[in-house]
Amino acid sequence: MTHTHLPGQTRQGERLLIGIAVVTTLLFIAAPLVYIFARAFSQGWQVYAENILHPATLHAIWLTTVVAIIVVPLNVAFGVAAAWAVAKHRFPGRGILVTIIEIPFSISPIIAGICYLLLYGRQGLLGPWLQANDLQVMFALPGIVLVTMFVTAPFVAREVLPLMQAQGSEQEEAAVTLGANGWQVFTRVTLPNIRWALLYGAVLCTARAVGEFGGVSVVSGNIRGQTNTLPLHVELLFNDLNAVGAFAAASTLTLIAVVALILKAVLEGRRA
Amino acid sequence: MKFPALTAAALALTLGAAPAQAQDTLLNVSYDIARELFEALNPAFAAHWEETTGRTVTIDMSHGGSSRQARAILEGLPADVVTFNQETDIDVLADGGLLPADWRDLLPNNASPYYSLPAFLVREGNPLNIQDWDDLARDDVAPVFPNPKTSGNARYTYLAAYAYALANNGDDHDAAQTFVRDIFASVPVFDTGGRAATQTFAERNIGDVLVTFEAETGGIAAEYAAQGLERVTPSQSLFAAFPVAVVAENAERNGTTEVATAYLEWLYSAEAQQILGEYFYRLTDETVAAEFADSQAAVDLVTVDDVFGGWDAIRADHLADGAILDQVFVNQ
Repeated sequence: MTHTHLPGQTRQGERLLIGIAVVTTLLFIAAPLVYIFARAFSQGWQVYAENILHPATLHAIWLTTVVAIIVVPLNVAFGVAAAWAVAKHRFPGRGILVTIIEIPFSISPIIAGICYLLLYGRQGLLGPWLQANDLQVMFALPGIVLVTMFVTAPFVAREVLPLMQAQGSEQEEAAVTLGANGWQVFTRVTLPNIRWALLYGAVLCTARAVGEFGGVSVVSGNIRGQTNTLPLHVELLFNDLNAVGAFAAASTLTLIAVVALILKAVLEGRRA
Repeated sequence: MKFPALTAAALALTLGAAPAQAQDTLLNVSYDIARELFEALNPAFAAHWEETTGRTVTIDMSHGGSSRQARAILEGLPADVVTFNQETDIDVLADGGLLPADWRDLLPNNASPYYSLPAFLVREGNPLNIQDWDDLARDDVAPVFPNPKTSGNARYTYLAAYAYALANNGDDHDAAQTFVRDIFASVPVFDTGGRAATQTFAERNIGDVLVTFEAETGGIAAEYAAQGLERVTPSQSLFAAFPVAVVAENAERNGTTEVATAYLEWLYSAEAQQILGEYFYRLTDETVAAEFADSQAAVDLVTVDDVFGGWDAIRADHLADGAILDQVFVNQ
């Protein structure tokens, strides 16, 4: 035995580690979270409500919701399709596809935003054609949706893929031999097997889509009441010395994040 | 709430069609700290426009750092008018062919309906008796302003201090450079932007005097009212233009040239100037300006053109790599 510890020492070490973990959690997570709400309500309920009910803030909440409603289903479809292709089939370029799925994880969102801008912007490759046809992609909803889709693309695929790989394709093959067609195999065998991982991925994707800042800030144009998403609106209010307004708007984002975290915890339990 | 209309507009945008225009709409792309100002100005203009033409107008606002905003307009942000705080950012649009190169001549006062100047905000009671640029160079005074390499606001601070030193040392550039070096040497931290510098000063309680546009000192003092910050105007400062222009190409395409021009011209009217004065801007209308004489101390204003020979010369002599700013900016 090379690792002999006295019981007392071990307990002391444990306590120290737990203490560090608790203090860090308080300082880095709990305190900022409480502070957001404390600042948001620092001038009372009424001022808080006024800030939330300001048309520009309401629109930012609405726009962010619309973006998530468009992006999440598309990315769920993309994620499942991509994971299905990679996990259940062998084809040339399979490794490359996995890498492509993960690119958004490793690329800073602002680079994604700039790429889209340089492609679809007025001076970009497709810009003159878009302008000639009166199509506004950048600085409008389509641009915001595009960038958010890019940034959140891997979440569903990354959650579903390991599960599909672990489960293999025996059940699907059995279904086929029993006469099920492709769609039946997918809805009756594959989907039920991955449903919790899928929901988990969708929750993560939603949280990320709602909070996306860097990429969207490049392509949004910050038009208040039109293209200002909630994170951009928080920054605007903050820059404008409206701390209570900024924290009020931030509190709605935080609420979404907290709900997402709770859902995530519940789903994790289900998945296990 | 007009959510159904917005839903329709968003749907139209999703499908790639331009939203139908039942009335005049105007997109004003502006600098980052002007939200409340234009929230006060726009309804007044809308009322004026309806009164004179019988038409209604909706003014959409976009706020951001004005260099970034100029970039976005070049890439297709469909601004009808720009209201910026840096002339060079409108020049960028002119270079990009979106508006005429002589935009300064299209409206009075070099197309700057209001203006401001670098001024000071000091701690309650002004314990160090900071009154002028000389005091910023004192050893016991720590001034706070952002990094002049990244912040247009701080660039004005640097140039104003430099111009003050020139004026008080018989145009001796060596003396002026020593002077600004002394000021830089006692700045405790150079933030990247004006907002961060404000936080350093007001929330982290670092430094003795915050240098920023006079137009911002009032808002900052109000935001941190409990601290009793006091506004101080130096004896001399630098004219900071807040230039405006119609983005001719976009306005023509959107059919908004008339309302865009009227909007910018209206900013010179007594009604608009009154609102601008309440937000601590200096005014071009002398009658209205007289009403704000109490809150806007007399100051000798010099201009970038007179002292430095214009922005092109400043870029070459001061801001280029290895130029004067790099030589005096010792503790960056």
